Amino acid sequence: MSQTSPQQIEYNLKVVRQFAIMTVIWGIIGMALGVWIAAQLIWPELNFDTPWLTYSRLRPLHTNAVIFAFGTSALMGTSFYIVQKTCRTRLFSDKLAAFVFWSWQTVIVLAVITLPLGLTSSKEYAELEWPIDILIALSWIAYVMVFFGTLVKRRTSHIYVANWFYGGFIITIAVLHIVNSMVLPVSLTKSYSVYAGAVDAMVQWWYGHNAVGFLLTAGFLGMMYYFVPKQAERPVYSYRLSVVHFWALIGLYIWAGPHHLHYTALPDWAQSLGMVMSVILFVPSWGGMINGIMTLSGAWHKLKTDPILRFLIVSLSFYGMSTFEGPMMAIKSVNALSHYTDWTIGHVHSGALGWVAMITIGSLYYLIPRLWGQTQMHSVRWINIHFWLHTIGVVLYIVALWISGVMQGLMWRAVNAEDGTLTYSFVESVEASYPFWFIRFVGGLFIVTGMILMAVNCYRTIRAGKPTVETINVAPREAATHSA
Amino acid sequence: MDYITWRSIYTVIVFVLFIGIGVWAFSKARKKSFDEAANSIFEEDELDRSQQNDTKQESKNNE
Ligand code: HEM
Ligand code: HEM
Repeated sequence: MSQTSPQQIEYNLKVVRQFAIMTVIWGIIGMALGVWIAAQLIWPELNFDTPWLTYSRLRPLHTNAVIFAFGTSALMGTSFYIVQKTCRTRLFSDKLAAFVFWSWQTVIVLAVITLPLGLTSSKEYAELEWPIDILIALSWIAYVMVFFGTLVKRRTSHIYVANWFYGGFIITIAVLHIVNSMVLPVSLTKSYSVYAGAVDAMVQWWYGHNAVGFLLTAGFLGMMYYFVPKQAERPVYSYRLSVVHFWALIGLYIWAGPHHLHYTALPDWAQSLGMVMSVILFVPSWGGMINGIMTLSGAWHKLKTDPILRFLIVSLSFYGMSTFEGPMMAIKSVNALSHYTDWTIGHVHSGALGWVAMITIGSLYYLIPRLWGQTQMHSVRWINIHFWLHTIGVVLYIVALWISGVMQGLMWRAVNAEDGTLTYSFVESVEASYPFWFIRFVGGLFIVTGMILMAVNCYRTIRAGKPTVETINVAPREAATHSA
Repeated sequence: MDYITWRSIYTVIVFVLFIGIGVWAFSKARKKSFDEAANSIFEEDELDRSQQNDTKQESKNNE
């Protein structure tokens, strides 16, 4: 870069724009798949007697589409935006950033092809077969290089806290993915895990839980620490708390995985350790939630008028709810009731739809106009409508499943006093669940309608603007010392 | 050193480290730089904005 003064640096917003658009598209696809499988649970005919469309194949497609297509595209895009803005520098490498985008989208397309074909490693959230796993690893290594490369060439002395959370998420996912994907391939489409028995289960849920903890939580907390203060136009409530929050979360999450394996062949001490760590995890989780929500203190009135802020703040309340519920479910006696029931599914979606989706949607409504040279979205009223559609949908979903979950748990454990036989057959508990599954289906329809409204709103906004070219001036002295 | 002893020592080290981070984060000495860090995300708005595209990007919150 030349040393002329004032030196100008242009941000790479192109890759951010690409990820932003794909986030909306994958969001619609992933959630529509959710509605479809929710409908299949009520009307099994909806698999049309076609193997590719059976519940067992569409369910992992749903989870992959929402977590890795929707959620991870959102994380990649926002992290590239935030790391440039807070480090006041352009991305480390445009070519690598483009590779991250295209390789990641390829991974998703391959998932969309292979999962319905029934090609799966059968490890939850790590279903994709080994050739795709290799592509994921390459894509992720490029992501690590772009993100940390940008941090290294920053023009600020301090690394803003949002980047810490993103950084923790990126490194941890790299480690988790590589360790959990260790397999012996027997053909292009079939492989076996190198781990056996209880060790395989433990590795899988060490992966599974930390994917929740670092991808669905830490990454989105990074989003929260940037977009909530920005949209509220006030600094985060307590920066010190955010530092402690980061280290506590990182330190604890790793140990909580065994709560997915209560009452299994996993050694008892590991189960108890997982339980205790999960209960303690409540503290940093709520610390972070309070830090986010209190950022608004003194400006609560903004919630009345600003639907974007409402998305962001309500997402934090759902985060608080699911991180209260989670530690509770991690207690072994509670887990004895909740495990295998809809309660778990309700918990998942209060985190996924309440926290992950809402913080993402709010952040995108902040970001999209700024990426296309606009001051705000095409229609703020539509954002408000979307907010209500989504909120109603989530509440319908999780309340229905709490009720059905506890009901299922109670029915399964009920025994007749006189002879100790089971009071209900399994099928009876399925039958009793139908009304609640129907409510979930309706909730899902609300949510997908909201997402489609969002897509139209984005389309109009983008069409009215043109890609933003944003540059920063770098003082010559600073430039001379910092840019090599 | 056997496994149990090593794990015990490790636990104590991590615990002490964590308390250290807490004390460090909440020490008076850090206050100023943390306040600056918290506000750093707003500096770009005043400092080096040289927006092209003939649009403005300042506060647009829907108030
Ligand atoms: C319209 C929205 C959605 C609907 C209707 C929906 C529906 C469903 C259904 C029916 C299942 C299967 C439940 C079962 O097997 O009993 C499921 C599982 C799952 N969904 Fe969704 N979903 C939606 C959005 C999302 C989003 C946005 C995410 C994540 C960001 C997500 C993450 C998951 C996960 C992780 C599971 C697996 C849960 C487990 O195995 O415990 N879903 N979803
Ligand atoms: C302090 C925080 C949390 C704790 C201690 C926790 C704990 C738990 C527990 C005990 C289960 C049930 C395991 C079982 O019986 O099979 C569970 C399941 C799950 N939780 Fe959480 N949770 C927390 C936060 C979250 C958040 C914020 C999200 C999402 C965004 C989330 C996503 C999930 C998912 C996807 C599953 C289902 C895993 C599966 O079986 O497929 N959790 N969690």
